Amino acid sequence: MSENEKDKKTTIIPIGPYHPLQEEPEFFELHVEGEKVIKLDITLGYNHRGIEKMAESMHYDQVAFLVERVCGICSASHPFAYVNAVEDLADIVIPDRAKYIRSIIGELERLHSHLLWLGLAGHFLGYNTVWMWAWKYREPVLDICERITGNRNHYAMFKIGGVRKDILNADIAGIWKMCDELIKPLEMFRGAVMDDPVIHARTKGVGILTKQEAIDWCLLGPTVRASGVAIDVRRDDPYAAYNMVDWKVIVTENGDVFDKAMVRILEMLESVKIIKGCLEGLKKTKEGEIDAKVKSIPAGEGIGRHEAPRGEVFHYVRGDGTNRPARHKIRAPSYMNVPSNQISAIGGTISDAAIVLAAVDPCYCCTERCAVIDTRTKKKILSGEDLVRLSQQRTKDIISGVWKPK
Amino acid sequence: MIDFLFFPGLLFSSVCGMLASFIDRKLTARIQWRKGPPLLQPLYDLVKLFGKETIIPAQASKALFLLLPLISVSAVALFAILNGVIVKSSVAPFSGDLFVAIYLMIVPAVCLILAAGISGNPLAIVGASREMKLVLSYELPFILALLVAVIKSHGEIVITGIMSYQAYTAPFLFSLSGALAFLAAIICLVAKLGLVPFDAAEAEQEIIAGVLVEYSGFSLAMFKLSKMMMLFVYPMFLIKLFWHNACGSVIGDVMVFALKYFVVLLIIVLIRNTNPRLRIDQSVKFFWTYVFGISLLAVIFAFIGL
Repeated sequence: MSENEKDKKTTIIPIGPYHPLQEEPEFFELHVEGEKVIKLDITLGYNHRGIEKMAESMHYDQVAFLVERVCGICSASHPFAYVNAVEDLADIVIPDRAKYIRSIIGELERLHSHLLWLGLAGHFLGYNTVWMWAWKYREPVLDICERITGNRNHYAMFKIGGVRKDILNADIAGIWKMCDELIKPLEMFRGAVMDDPVIHARTKGVGILTKQEAIDWCLLGPTVRASGVAIDVRRDDPYAAYNMVDWKVIVTENGDVFDKAMVRILEMLESVKIIKGCLEGLKKTKEGEIDAKVKSIPAGEGIGRHEAPRGEVFHYVRGDGTNRPARHKIRAPSYMNVPSNQISAIGGTISDAAIVLAAVDPCYCCTERCAVIDTRTKKKILSGEDLVRLSQQRTKDIISGVWKPK
Repeated sequence: MIDFLFFPGLLFSSVCGMLASFIDRKLTARIQWRKGPPLLQPLYDLVKLFGKETIIPAQASKALFLLLPLISVSAVALFAILNGVIVKSSVAPFSGDLFVAIYLMIVPAVCLILAAGISGNPLAIVGASREMKLVLSYELPFILALLVAVIKSHGEIVITGIMSYQAYTAPFLFSLSGALAFLAAIICLVAKLGLVPFDAAEAEQEIIAGVLVEYSGFSLAMFKLSKMMMLFVYPMFLIKLFWHNACGSVIGDVMVFALKYFVVLLIIVLIRNTNPRLRIDQSVKFFWTYVFGISLLAVIFAFIGL
């Protein structure tokens, strides 16, 4: 530190590696003068798990399940991009019905991921009511996921050449109704964010990324669309059913936290529209045609992309003719988005930094496990099998319509 | 001494404070579609903290670090005595004037600022500077709002005097100036209690626990206890100043008072659950413009006699 800098009396406020703001290990070092942030150091890499290397030791079908575990929230994005990559490598054409189902899963994930973000953003602003409400209305989305796939997260729906589970035509009406019920709370959130003067005061003009900055820093997803750059893999490089249904890319101009929230809320409404379009499409295709029956993967290279809730997920797969990838490379959107905090957080206060750091929706890739233990007898009350049984019972209840969300 | 330790001092206001804290948490939980804690949860929290180790930072002054939480609690307990019993105006012959009340009400905030300052943690110091700015911004509108009660009771500055004046005429709340002053005072109260939207000093998502970040065990419990007591005592004080009417029987008085207290608590809980946290500069601006404006208007109306 030079003499000049010492005179300014900067203090370092650490956010991380473990901090109430970031549930995952990331380390932001805020250099502040009083409350004003003048510099930001970002340290990543606390959570290296060697997934790419593991992928090279598994056969192609197993990798789809492995990459699902990259992240608990975008657990459909990675297999989506991965199967796109392998299908690109092997020139596989998948049936229309599988395309629709893939898009439905992708959009359901966007819905629950954006609702999760909305809740967290409220929490970071100290607005815990929004947090709890957003997560309450996230539950019906997870119920739809459970009804279609059998799981709330980690759907295990994607396989090379198609999907693993069909949506029966008889179920479409029920799912349609569940989607309809989502629109009301989404509209409520839109109104709540647009009309609340205190939310405006906290988010408007905060953490601005200009269009040029957004392009210079190669940002992705809602982060860049809030700055007026209309990029979206779903439209620019259509895959699955995204060019077969009617929807539009949401773009706003100001690049502040408010616009990032608005983009996400409006995108959720678009997602519902896409899901409904896909459900319509399902009716036109034949039940059971969900798999291209792939036999072998040739040598070659493939690229797969998917517009995850946070931006473009990129997978590169190189095959050497064996049954496992010779090289597998993953690039997640947060990897591109997080460094932009170095410009957006500068000049604001610590309070602003808290919401600005969260506005790019950095991906939380930790999942919790639970064990219920009687402290007196040290016996497990719920074993792993019990939990599996409970969750299967709930799935059955949702499918049979017995389940009522509380 | 009995006044201080049991009724209406330390013990009584602690118990009521915990009850108030429970109501606050339960209502908050219900608003947020959660189940909420059991009745004794505030007590469990305190007992748990009593059993924990108190860690004193190396660079802090040991005596002061441990003393400040106790000063905070005693100040609130003293204030509770001053406030007197619910039914009777006050037990002691010295029934307490508004100046003492105002001083005692600042003490917990000053304790927090000092405690954060001597703990030497950068996060605590950011919290302390925020708390200081907040105190500077809400004190003036708050005092102005209290002034309305003084003007309306024709120069009475003793709490019991103000109460008996209201008992003979009507509660000040039902006049324009009284209502405005009550509104301004409640907003200041939310800030005094350190609740959303004015909880920047303890914003956990920004500076972890802010002022309290270095506190643990018994000392932390004392600060928490003083917060809970404040949640009971401060609204009570406002009700006495602006919304007092005697209905004769003791039981009736207690019931009416409890009902009024619940209404005020409900307003505070609603404010805290329907707003995001304001930045400290926004809070200062808010108090110096809007709340100050409301208080000033109330004082002017009170002079005119509205």
